[in-house]
Amino acid sequence: MTVDLSVDLCGVRLRTPVLAASGCFGFGREMAGWVDLAALGGIVTKSVSLEPRRGRPTPRMAETPSGMLNAIGLQNPGVEAFCAGDLKFLAGAGATVVASLVGRTPGEFGRLAERLDGEPGVALVEVNLSCPNVEHRGEVFATDPAAAAEVVQAVKRATSTPVLAKLTADVTDLVAVARAVVDAGADGLTLINTLLGMAVDTGRRRPRLAAVTGGLSGPAIRPVAVRCVWQVAQALPGVPIVGTGGVVTGEDAAEFLLVGATAVAVGTGSFINPRAVVEVADGLERYLADQGAGSPAELPALFKAER
Amino acid sequence: MSPVRELCEVLERRRVGEYQALTLAAPRVAEGARPGQFVHLLAGEDRSFPLRRPFSIWRVERPGAGPGAVEVVFDVVGAGTRALARLRPHDVVDALGPLGRPFDPPEAPAGCLLIGGGYGAAPLFFLAAELRARGCRVDLVTGAATAARLLDPTEAGRLGSSLTVTTDDGSAGRRGLVTDPLPELLAGTGAERVYACGPMPMLAAVSRVAAVAGVACQVAVEEQMACGTGICFSCVLPVGPGGGSGGLEPSPPENRETRMARSCLEGPVFDGAAIAWAELGYPELEELVR
Repeated sequence: MTVDLSVDLCGVRLRTPVLAASGCFGFGREMAGWVDLAALGGIVTKSVSLEPRRGRPTPRMAETPSGMLNAIGLQNPGVEAFCAGDLKFLAGAGATVVASLVGRTPGEFGRLAERLDGEPGVALVEVNLSCPNVEHRGEVFATDPAAAAEVVQAVKRATSTPVLAKLTADVTDLVAVARAVVDAGADGLTLINTLLGMAVDTGRRRPRLAAVTGGLSGPAIRPVAVRCVWQVAQALPGVPIVGTGGVVTGEDAAEFLLVGATAVAVGTGSFINPRAVVEVADGLERYLADQGAGSPAELPALFKAER
Repeated sequence: MSPVRELCEVLERRRVGEYQALTLAAPRVAEGARPGQFVHLLAGEDRSFPLRRPFSIWRVERPGAGPGAVEVVFDVVGAGTRALARLRPHDVVDALGPLGRPFDPPEAPAGCLLIGGGYGAAPLFFLAAELRARGCRVDLVTGAATAARLLDPTEAGRLGSSLTVTTDDGSAGRRGLVTDPLPELLAGTGAERVYACGPMPMLAAVSRVAAVAGVACQVAVEEQMACGTGICFSCVLPVGPGGGSGGLEPSPPENRETRMARSCLEGPVFDGAAIAWAELGYPELEELVR
């Protein structure tokens, strides 16, 4: 049977349900030589802030079992340089752009959303409420339902573009945070950001990252991510979810879609295979055909919750 | 040329002194590779999701008589290099390459001094061949902790007009650092270009000596790296506003801001005078250039 991979995410038609995850595809332009940017489900950009950020000192990365820790620290050229350079390039390349926003206050998020509102090429915005590599834990808005909701409200007031809220699993009650941001107007959710972690160089008796702690990503966190998508999809049926965390193959993507995600985003997988976003979509297409499903949207109905 | 992903057959793996060398059939990488560029390697099918490991290209055999091959050399220091050291002929390695900015050869034939530390000297072998093909005089300096950690000294001796060797323990060549003989070699050979690859303290010292002598200098850095393609922002280092100029002109005082450059895209070859050495803990060069 023929498979139609396209999906509707918050009213936006995506060519495939496989996006490039924020922070794992640069600003998109870097990958133009490796993949046809227009053929991807979408590109979630590296998070942009109002002013340029230099990021953290090195070492910023440490390999860990089935994954890696990073503490990049949101290095980006600032929203004006982003609009004039990378965003213009992506729009010209025909890419579906999800602009990821990061700020230190709800007001900063609102100003960013306002600046990007109506910029050609921006199909959705993703509100990064959960980067672990910030100076103060208070900037991880997604650890507090009220703080997260306040940011989402500020963004929704400033833009007519659909809004995804990216949350962290580093909380006791993820469903409470998810419910708060949806009540505040988020059109969809991205689950999950990296998990806060730490690794030690035992020989030199010091942290392996300059920032001491960092975000854990890769297949190591996939079971956590799948669990989060499952829990939130059960609690908030009908809310679109982009599942992310250790997606490397089409089967990995299918795990997320079966438990209720509308789409997935490939993160660390792109570091190893620059064509991972394309190859995951190809693998998913084969999986759907094997399962007798005509589209990704048919998968949740095929899922048997009882073992 | 733009980099490609190539599944490469292992042609040979051998010991070179204390190091391991790996030759891969890689026609597309070998076709366009330039000295200073690197390949980003992943050994075999592994369910545990290892990251790639970057290696400077040591030797290239352009497609023609054979299929085209690249050779890299490495030290076994951890899990990634241990996996590569277990490879045997006919095994498959997943390679990205050629990646990064290569060394810029001089436009007209000129004297060039090449300085390498340990197996970091690898890209200089490739560079020396290209420089000589362009009619440049090449003089080489290699250094290591001990004689067994000098990269292929026999071959190194054939690469240029002269080879100067230093070891920390005096087990080969002069006892001391690879940078010790540089001032006299620069004066003696009249070199107009310096090219170096090795650990950061060495590159800082080489850049300083070249700056004092007023000789243009390019260095290939070895930063820890995840993607190799510019998307992860792990391999950054601070560069000054004059980055890429190759000149030693001091920056205007109103524009002294540095920025974090990705060594996989803007490097691994940088102009020695462009790196903000002070931020990396090597203040002398900044003082001199200012």
